[in-house]
Amino acid sequence: MSEYRYTLGQEIFKFKNLADLMAKATPARSGDQLAGVAAQTEKQRAVAQICLADIPLKRFLNEVLVPYEEDEITRLIIDEHSQDSFQSISHLTIGDFRNFLLSDECTKDVLSGIRQGLTPEMVAAVSKIMRNQDLILVANKCEVVTKFRNTIGLKGHFSTRLQPNHPTDNMTGIAASILDGLLYANGDAVIGINPATDNVQQCTVLLKMIDEVIQHYNIPTQSCVLTHVTNTLECIENGAPVDLVFQSIGGTQATNDSFGFNLTTLKEAHQAALELKRGSVGNNVMYFETGQGSSLSANAHHGLDQQTCEVRAYAVARKFNPLLVNTVVGFIGPEYLYDGKQIIRAGLEDHFCGKLLGLPMGCDVCYTNHAEADQNDMDNLLTLLASAGCTFVMGIPGSDDIMLNYQTTSFHDALYIRKLLGLRAAPEFEVWLENMKIMNHDFKLSASIPDSFSKNLIGM
Amino acid sequence: MNKNNVVTLNPWENLKSFTDARIALGRAGTSIPTNALLKFQLEHAQARDAVQLPLDCEAIYLQLKNELSACPQAPELFAAERPLILSSLANDRGTYLQRPDLGRMLNKVSVECLKNEKNEYDLAICIVDGLSSRAIEKNVSPFLIKLFGFMKDESNYTFAPITLVQQGRVAIGDDVAQQLGAKAVMVLIGERPGLISPDSMGMYLTHGAKVGCHDAMRNCVSNIRPAGLSYKEAASKAVYLLRESRRLGFSGVNLKERTEQTHVVEVEEINFLTQQ
Repeated sequence: MSEYRYTLGQEIFKFKNLADLMAKATPARSGDQLAGVAAQTEKQRAVAQICLADIPLKRFLNEVLVPYEEDEITRLIIDEHSQDSFQSISHLTIGDFRNFLLSDECTKDVLSGIRQGLTPEMVAAVSKIMRNQDLILVANKCEVVTKFRNTIGLKGHFSTRLQPNHPTDNMTGIAASILDGLLYANGDAVIGINPATDNVQQCTVLLKMIDEVIQHYNIPTQSCVLTHVTNTLECIENGAPVDLVFQSIGGTQATNDSFGFNLTTLKEAHQAALELKRGSVGNNVMYFETGQGSSLSANAHHGLDQQTCEVRAYAVARKFNPLLVNTVVGFIGPEYLYDGKQIIRAGLEDHFCGKLLGLPMGCDVCYTNHAEADQNDMDNLLTLLASAGCTFVMGIPGSDDIMLNYQTTSFHDALYIRKLLGLRAAPEFEVWLENMKIMNHDFKLSASIPDSFSKNLIGM
Repeated sequence: MNKNNVVTLNPWENLKSFTDARIALGRAGTSIPTNALLKFQLEHAQARDAVQLPLDCEAIYLQLKNELSACPQAPELFAAERPLILSSLANDRGTYLQRPDLGRMLNKVSVECLKNEKNEYDLAICIVDGLSSRAIEKNVSPFLIKLFGFMKDESNYTFAPITLVQQGRVAIGDDVAQQLGAKAVMVLIGERPGLISPDSMGMYLTHGAKVGCHDAMRNCVSNIRPAGLSYKEAASKAVYLLRESRRLGFSGVNLKERTEQTHVVEVEEINFLTQQ
């Protein structure tokens, strides 16, 4: 672990190691200040970025930020690194790497060719010296396609998770939100409920319920109940219809310990879900959620900045070929991301880093009521992310999650961005929308309730 | 222009009776209609104000003293010469929101203030603004009236004088308990406000409270407000937790709350999308 120095006129700037340099180079955010790792002055941050730009990519293979012996995620990152994929960029510094990513030679195919040669730390480092427009432009070059009952992530397509949460898991209330979402053409990424309790019986009831809806209307989409991975394993053992296995993941072993799982748990769950063979067009069976700040919150950040921890979580995700990865960017609160500006920056970073590493990256464009943010900030982030080729966002009635008490994107928001940028739902889902007479090819919604739904509303 | 010519209504508005979710909003083109937009903005503004509004501790203290005067515990709760109004190390709201660590510790003046009150107590009740002072203003008094109602047959508890804390997090109760010499602390705190619930109060009980306690050592009763968990239900859970934690000598994840009613289904819940 060597010290890094930089001389600017009479001043000497010192950074005690690579982790410190990374943290100091990170655009300002409250979580890094809380952790005591952030730059003390703007000048120190700018100098750290200059120093970081000079670091060769190779250094990240020789100087790990969390000890190999202590952390299974470091072992995963190092053990699975592909020298072959790395070969063509192995001579670059972080600064050169940014230029390379922006260059015309760096096409979609080139990007997918180097993926396995990139470590999360390399990707986090380059993102720290990229402007928002760089993050958007490069992410937009990446294409990551995943499949279960439909095809997600194709260029020109944009999906939504239909999130029909209810504070007491009331079945009729959930059904009402699902109907609302489907008739607003949402739900191609997944119909995913955050259950009000972690009770396995209850989760099984919800899984059966969504499965019945999907089968009844023959919807080319998948279901998920976002409960702990060990609960989902129990559900599978009990014969529940599990499409996707969910888990919140962090970027250090200690974070995931605090979440109550490790890589072995995920491997077991992944295997169990694969064996159900419920996918029709593909078999990506995992759904992961992440978010900057979770490691510090679990006191498991090893002195790293929160964005570097976040990108390390993507190494965990990538190991299990997920259908969807979602950074829940503004949920954690203002002690980690203070305001709209910090939330927007973090959302763009997470999306870029995830895509560069080959993940089907979506974003919960969201905020809490104690953050300095509002609907306008969310409009900005949604528009920027969609421009960057974001895979999916949430869709919820009127932006208000009445169970989790935060605001995310609405069904209407999804239609706004589709219409504005001409983005289509997953192709299989789009055909279904047209056949069901919910929405036509020109993004026009039907004014009346389609017949297949209206008969079920009689007497309600 | 008649707005109905432009706004497309959703003919499933009657489903609103099954959920507070913002369904069937209708649409202008595919966007949120003006009425729904403005209603949302108002509710967000209320939730934001709930976060920023300072807790009027003097007023709450007087209100409690008045409304709880008939409780047998009142002489102990209001024994202090002056109201014990305390502050965390977070000086203002901005600091409070960004520095959870500072919100967990009392400032020097507050520590001084508690020195005269140090004694041996079974329980300290500590009222904390948290993220919603409205939650405290609205719920703390009716909740405590119910609580003491349930405890009227239990004369064997000694109560520390009641404390009110500004810019506090849950764990500040540990500091308060330690300074007072209380075995256990009940923190009543304003919760993170939701759009339809800007006034929700939480109760955290910590047995053996001292600075540095983990969250896994606490029991929580959440969503205390008229439209959420009723005062009666919340107070009955709180009394159960008090008794059990005292009997067992600990609180937290290993003290399971067994008063929980199984989810009462008043109207039969059906998935009308597939069943009729």
